[in-house]
Amino acid sequence: MARTPAKPAANATAAKAASAKKPAAKAPATAKKAAAGKSEGNGWPDKGQLLDWYRHMLLIRRFEERAGQLYGMGLIGGFCHLYIGQEAIAVGMQSVKKTGDQVITGYRDHGHMLAAGMDPKEVMAELTGRAAGSAHGKGGSMHMFDVQAGFYGGHGIVGGQVPLGAGLAFANRYRDNKAVSFTYFGDGAANQGQVYEAFNMAELWKLPVVFIIENNQYAMGTSVERASAETHLHKRGISFGIPGEEVDGMDVQAVAEAGAKAAEYARSGKGPYILEMKTYRYRGHSMSDPAKYRTREEVDEVRKTRDPIDHLREKMEAMGATDEEAMKAIDAEVKKIVADAAEFARTAPEPDPSELYTDVYAEA
Amino acid sequence: MNAQIEKTAAAADEAGKSIPMNMIQSINSGLDVMLGRDPNCLIFGEDVGYFGGVFRATEGLQKKHGLNRCFDAPINECGIIGSAIGMAAYGLRPIVEIQFADYIYPGYDQIVSEAARIRYRSAGDFTVPMTIRTPYGGGIFGGQTHSQSPEALFTHIAGMKTVIPSNPYDAKGLLIAAIESDDPVVIFEPKRLYNGPFDGYPDKPVTPWQKVEGNLVPEGYYTVPLGKARIAREGADCTILAYGTMVHVAIASAEAVGVDAEVVDLRSLAPLDIETIEASVKKTGRCVIVHEATRTSGFGAELSALVQEHCFYHLEAPIERVTGWDTPYPHAFEWEYFPGPKRVGAALKRVMED
Ligand SMILES: Cc1ncc(C[n+]2csc(CCOP(=O)(O)OP(=O)(O)O)c2C)c(N)n1
Ligand SMILES: [Mg+2]
Repeated sequence: MARTPAKPAANATAAKAASAKKPAAKAPATAKKAAAGKSEGNGWPDKGQLLDWYRHMLLIRRFEERAGQLYGMGLIGGFCHLYIGQEAIAVGMQSVKKTGDQVITGYRDHGHMLAAGMDPKEVMAELTGRAAGSAHGKGGSMHMFDVQAGFYGGHGIVGGQVPLGAGLAFANRYRDNKAVSFTYFGDGAANQGQVYEAFNMAELWKLPVVFIIENNQYAMGTSVERASAETHLHKRGISFGIPGEEVDGMDVQAVAEAGAKAAEYARSGKGPYILEMKTYRYRGHSMSDPAKYRTREEVDEVRKTRDPIDHLREKMEAMGATDEEAMKAIDAEVKKIVADAAEFARTAPEPDPSELYTDVYAEA
Repeated sequence: MNAQIEKTAAAADEAGKSIPMNMIQSINSGLDVMLGRDPNCLIFGEDVGYFGGVFRATEGLQKKHGLNRCFDAPINECGIIGSAIGMAAYGLRPIVEIQFADYIYPGYDQIVSEAARIRYRSAGDFTVPMTIRTPYGGGIFGGQTHSQSPEALFTHIAGMKTVIPSNPYDAKGLLIAAIESDDPVVIFEPKRLYNGPFDGYPDKPVTPWQKVEGNLVPEGYYTVPLGKARIAREGADCTILAYGTMVHVAIASAEAVGVDAEVVDLRSLAPLDIETIEASVKKTGRCVIVHEATRTSGFGAELSALVQEHCFYHLEAPIERVTGWDTPYPHAFEWEYFPGPKRVGAALKRVMED
């Protein structure tokens, strides 16, 4: 890089948070680090890793189901985009994340926050707009953050987070902290102009960022084919010289393996990497989706044949690693975590109206 | 005289039968009428074609008028607005939908630097007869990226027209006038009013437009001229200047506190009908301005300055503004943020005391 901008003043809040001890979250421990894709010689990950993936995917699935119920009961208002069907991506990628790495995504963010280790209570309470929510109730479903968990949002404007992800990566390189920015966006977001501005800067400055495109085949009611000239989205970096790869986003192990490779590439200073995760969302785009753009059969077919949680179960059976007892215990544990989160989000107090004006500027 | 009668009769013919419609239906009808009348008209935007729009405003139009006349665009507001400007400069009349007003900013540069300025820059050789439709406003728990009222960012642009309807009849008539305007127009559609009027009491069930007395919309062609306000409620004590959702809140607030307010529904912010405003304020001697947008540099500031300039010697009390707070639109405090009847009523009482 020819020129380096003046060193920015460290972000006080982020710095404080980064040095603060992370409180013991009530969520299950974050997916095991670094073990991703590590096999025991037969190409299969060890059982602990498999169970850990299972636990996290199940937590997201059950959390989202409950969020959908709370929405139906009128406890959650406004917009709410569920992650059901896409669990393997956030969970598989989380297991390649190292301490200090960042995650940033759009509005379909609950799964990413849970994978990052955020307290499910805090996430659910934000959905119901309570003071104990991660944005004190003022952000809602689409706009949550947790600097301690390395989670940089939660962005409601499609594509808005992508240049920010490049900026996080720049900060990593600038501080020489060896961290990687995992920047997520959808197939629809992939058509926003700022994505390509970010691609160009990221490669030009060799930024440690992995761009992860969650291609669930639809942007709201518009399929990829109706919106994209090049539908193989991993090729979108070719003219910038960014390597890209298509990954089965319904297979948590495939995600973790591709993720490990991409993260290593970025971490070693080679620059950005694009992963196109082929996936599918089971539910409507948000809670008010007439679903007139695809058939019920199409959805059922994916659920039956490609479900990421079933897929993992089958894999465990095939390798003789099924542990019914452990999985039952996980089911019960997850059920309780989600029930507690829902109860908390239902009963926690609403923020005081005097909070309306806090955090508009540095000081009130 | 005879010519005038003939003209009126011809207009009535074109307008055709009037039926109850909600605001989505009347907008859909306006788009349908214009696609039928003018082969230069075309519609595009996110999810508007195959899917019929997230609020269903373009439902059925692709089927009826074909893929070339109503089609989907990728999610790229800058590209959508920019390409519409190019089409318009060549004589088409594109009508684009920006799914929520909150998504318009990626295209803002194209609006400010291109759409609004091409006429001036080319000394009238090129014009931009483009219409942007976009739902705005709160009251639907959209939080900070789905509730904004950015109208002042547009009234501040010379060369741009800004329109906000408050009922199905005006929504269709203003839309057709906007499409026929040779200048670029942005129409902010109050999404909280799509299905029925909203007077600011969130716990009251919505009365659908179809059940609102007198809500009749012609099925055919008619226009509501840009730059003409409407007296939504006649009154003697105080003038309330409002537009969009706030017209209904203003009427309900006045009635709740028993102030005989005259509610002026601006309909068009730029061009602005200063004559109607001036006549009303001179009559009542008091003025309250109501909008949902943040207060500082909001359109209310412009209105307040104009009323002061035009009506200073008729004012019997300081002008009041009731607006959104100077914060992002919060998720948790929808009704604390929304300038509802309580706050409007309090302002009315204050100006009446002075
Ligand atoms: C700038 C902007 N334009 C449009 C929207 C409305 N919108 C929200 S989500 C969405 C579809 C995005 O699809 P995709 O990127 O594929 O993500 P997915 O919802 O499938 O996860 C659209 C059009 C928005 N929020 N922001
Ligand atoms: Mg998608």
